[in-house]
Amino acid sequence: MDLALTPEQMSFRDEVRSWLQVNLPGDWVEKVRAGSDIPRAEGYDFLRTWQRKLYDAGFMGLTWPKEYGGRGLTFMEELILHEQMALVKAPPVLNILAIGMAGPTIFAYGTEEQKKRYPAKMLSCEEIWCQGYSEPNAGSDLAALQTRAVKDGEHWVVTGQKVWTSVAHVADWMMLLARTDPDAPRHKGITYFLLDMKLPGITVRPLKQITGDPEFNEVYFDNVRVHESHILGGLNNGWAVGLATLMYERLALGFGLQVRLRIALDGLIELARRTRKAGRPATEDPILRQKIADLWIHTEALKYTGARAITRLLKGEVPGPEASTGKLMWVDTHQRLQAVAMDIQGPYSQLTRGSRWTVESGLWQYSFLRSLANSIEGGTTEIQKNITGERVLGLPKG
Amino acid sequence: MNFGFSEEQDLLRSTARKFFENECPSEKVRRLMEAPEGMEPALWARLAEQGWLGLISPEEFGGMGLGFVDLVVLMEEMGRAVVPGPYFSTVVLGGLAILEAGAAAQKKEWLPKIAEGERRATLAWMEPSAMLGPEGVTLAASRDGDRFLLSGTKLFVHDAHTADAIVVAARTSSGKTAEEGITLFLLPKGTAGLAVTLLPTMDQTRKLCEVTLTGVSVGAEAVMGEVGGGWPPLARVLDRATVALCAEMCGGAQKVLEMTVEYAKIRQTFGRPIGSYQGVKHKAADMLVDVENSKSITYYAAWAMDEGVPEGPLAVSMAKAYVSDAYRRVAAAGIQLHGGIGFTWEHDLHLYFKRAKGSELTFGDATHHRERVAQLVNL
Repeated sequence: MDLALTPEQMSFRDEVRSWLQVNLPGDWVEKVRAGSDIPRAEGYDFLRTWQRKLYDAGFMGLTWPKEYGGRGLTFMEELILHEQMALVKAPPVLNILAIGMAGPTIFAYGTEEQKKRYPAKMLSCEEIWCQGYSEPNAGSDLAALQTRAVKDGEHWVVTGQKVWTSVAHVADWMMLLARTDPDAPRHKGITYFLLDMKLPGITVRPLKQITGDPEFNEVYFDNVRVHESHILGGLNNGWAVGLATLMYERLALGFGLQVRLRIALDGLIELARRTRKAGRPATEDPILRQKIADLWIHTEALKYTGARAITRLLKGEVPGPEASTGKLMWVDTHQRLQAVAMDIQGPYSQLTRGSRWTVESGLWQYSFLRSLANSIEGGTTEIQKNITGERVLGLPKG
Repeated sequence: MNFGFSEEQDLLRSTARKFFENECPSEKVRRLMEAPEGMEPALWARLAEQGWLGLISPEEFGGMGLGFVDLVVLMEEMGRAVVPGPYFSTVVLGGLAILEAGAAAQKKEWLPKIAEGERRATLAWMEPSAMLGPEGVTLAASRDGDRFLLSGTKLFVHDAHTADAIVVAARTSSGKTAEEGITLFLLPKGTAGLAVTLLPTMDQTRKLCEVTLTGVSVGAEAVMGEVGGGWPPLARVLDRATVALCAEMCGGAQKVLEMTVEYAKIRQTFGRPIGSYQGVKHKAADMLVDVENSKSITYYAAWAMDEGVPEGPLAVSMAKAYVSDAYRRVAAAGIQLHGGIGFTWEHDLHLYFKRAKGSELTFGDATHHRERVAQLVNL
C-alpha cells in the first residue's frame, strides 16, 4: 500500500497546478448557474471555452489513446487532474457525456473510421454529445424502448421519442438506442446509432425542471434518415453496446462526482463559517458540526473507495465489489450535503435569487433542488441496488 | 499509487482465514467465551507459533517487525471469526504501550515474552467517568520519596484478569493542560494493592475488568518513559488501537454480509428465495456500501499510521466514526434479514451484533469521533 506519487506523477501534478493558477477563470459559478440576468446559453458558451482551454493545454482525454487525440496516460493522471481541479474549485467539464460515455464506447466498439472521426472533437468540445436512452415508457426498464428505426436502402428511418435528455438543446450528436428488429426478443432487436442532431426531422423541446431551468429535453424523431455507417457495434447489438456505455459512465463520472462533492463540501463549510446561529458561527452549533463532520467523513471514504477501485484498474484486474458502491454512496452523501446547506441557512433557505436577503445569489437553493435528481439520473437508486444485489452479491432476480 | 494489498499481505489473509476456521470455529468461540479466561493455552501457543503475537513488534524483541497495514489484515480475519481472548489487549494495547512508552529494560523484559506467548499485558486508562481525553485520567500517583503511591479505579480494562502486566495511566501532577502530568506505570500481576474484578459483559467474547489500586507503591523501575509525559505516547497507542479495532470490525461486518447473502439465497418465502425480494435485496446492497466504505477508510487510516503522516489522527477518527455506525447497522440488518433464527442464541449472528455494539463504544463512538474530526479540520 503506497499512496505516494511517482516523480513523473508529481511533475504532472505540478504541471496541472501551475496551469490552473494562470488559467482558472474567476467568478465562474455565477456565470454558469445564475438564471435570468445572464442567459443560460452563456453558461454553455463559457463552459465550452473552458473545456477548449483544458484541451489546448493537453488536459482532456488523458487516458485516451494518443492516435485519437488523447494522451495515453493512466487513470492515475486522471485522478491527479481531478484532485487539482477540486482544490481550486475549477468549473466542470461540459462535454462529460461524450468523454465519459460515448468516447470509451466508440473505442470499444467503433470502426477505425469512427474512432478517427469522433473522439478528438469530443475532447475539444467542438461537438457536444447527449444520450438518447430514456423514453416516456422506458427508463429503469430500458429494454422496453419503442423508438424505431426501419431500414430504407443504406439508411435507417428513425421515428419515436426520447425524454430527460440532458444538453440535447445544445448537442451536436446523440448516442441513440433504437429498435431495429421489433420481432426479436426485446434485448436483441436494439441498435446503437451515432446520430447527427442536425438531421431533418429532429425536434428538441426543453423541459423546465424543478429548478426552473431547462437543463434537459424531450427529443422527437419524425422520419429521421440515418446512414448505416452511423451504427456503432453492429446491427441489433445495441443492448451490449449501450450497457458498456453505462459501465464507462460509472467509471468516468466517478472522478467528476468525487470532485464536485469535495467542492460542494468546501463551499458548505465556508457557508457555515459565515452564517451565524444564535450569535455564533453555525460551525459552533453542535448538531451542525456533527452533520458537517459526517459529510466530510463520507466524502473521504468515497475517495478511498475510489482509490481501491483505481488500484485494481491500474493492476489490470476486474473491478471489485467496492466499485459498485460509488454511486449509491455519492448520491446519499450529496443529497444530505444539500439538505445541510438548507439547515444552515434556516429561514433564509426559502429565498431564491433576486433579493438582498438571498444567500449566495440562491446558488444553494438551485443545487438543493437539483440534487433530487441524483437518485434518479444515471440509474435510480432502486435500480442500482437491484444491480448491486444481483451482480455483486449474487442474489436471485425478482 | 497503490491502494491495495501486497502478495505477502494477501497470503497472510488466506493463511489467517484458514487458521481461524480450523482453530477457532464458532463452537470453540462459544466454549471460550463461557470461560473467564476467554482463551485456552493451546490456541494461544498456536498464535505465538504463527508469529502473530509479535506481528508488530520489532525483530530485536522477537517480533516480525510488520506494520499496521499487515496488522489490519490479521485483525480483519480475527473479527471475521469473532476470536475471543486477550490478543487485542496483549498485542495492541499492552504490547504497543510498552513499545511506545517503555524504558529499554521494560521492552527487553516484556516484548520478547509477549511475542513468545509467555506473557500477556493490557492497558488501563479509562476510569468510571468514562471520559476519553486526558481529563479522564485522574487516578492519583503521588510522590513518596523516590517511589510513587497509586490509588484509584480503572474501568473497562480489557483482560486485566489474565494479564501478567498492566500499563496504568495515572496523574502524577496537574499541569497547565490536562495532557501534562500523566505518567504511565507498568505493574506486574500480583503487585500489592492491585485488585482485579472481571465484569459481566454483553459481548462475552470480550472480557472487561475493573482494576482498583489501593496504595500501590512502585519504584522508578515501574515508570514508563518520562514522568508527566505519558499522554503523547498513550494517545498514539489509543489511535493505533482504534485502527486495529476498526479492522476487526470490518472483518466482522464482511462476515455478517456473507452470512446474510447466503441465507437470502436459500431461505424461501411464498415460493421464492427471500433474496429475490427488493425489500431484502436493497438492504443487502446497503450493507455492502457500509462494508466497502468501512474497509476503504480503515485501510487509509492504517496506511497513515505506518507512514506517520500528520493527518494520522484525522484518519483514525474518520475511520472510527464511520465504522462504528456501519458495523452496528450491518449487524442489525443481518439479524433483521435472518428473521427469527437470527434472534436465537444458537445462531452466530448475536456474537457479531454484540461485538459490533461493544466495539462501537470502545475508544469513542461515532459522535465522539465526528466531533474530533470537526476539531481536526478546524471546523
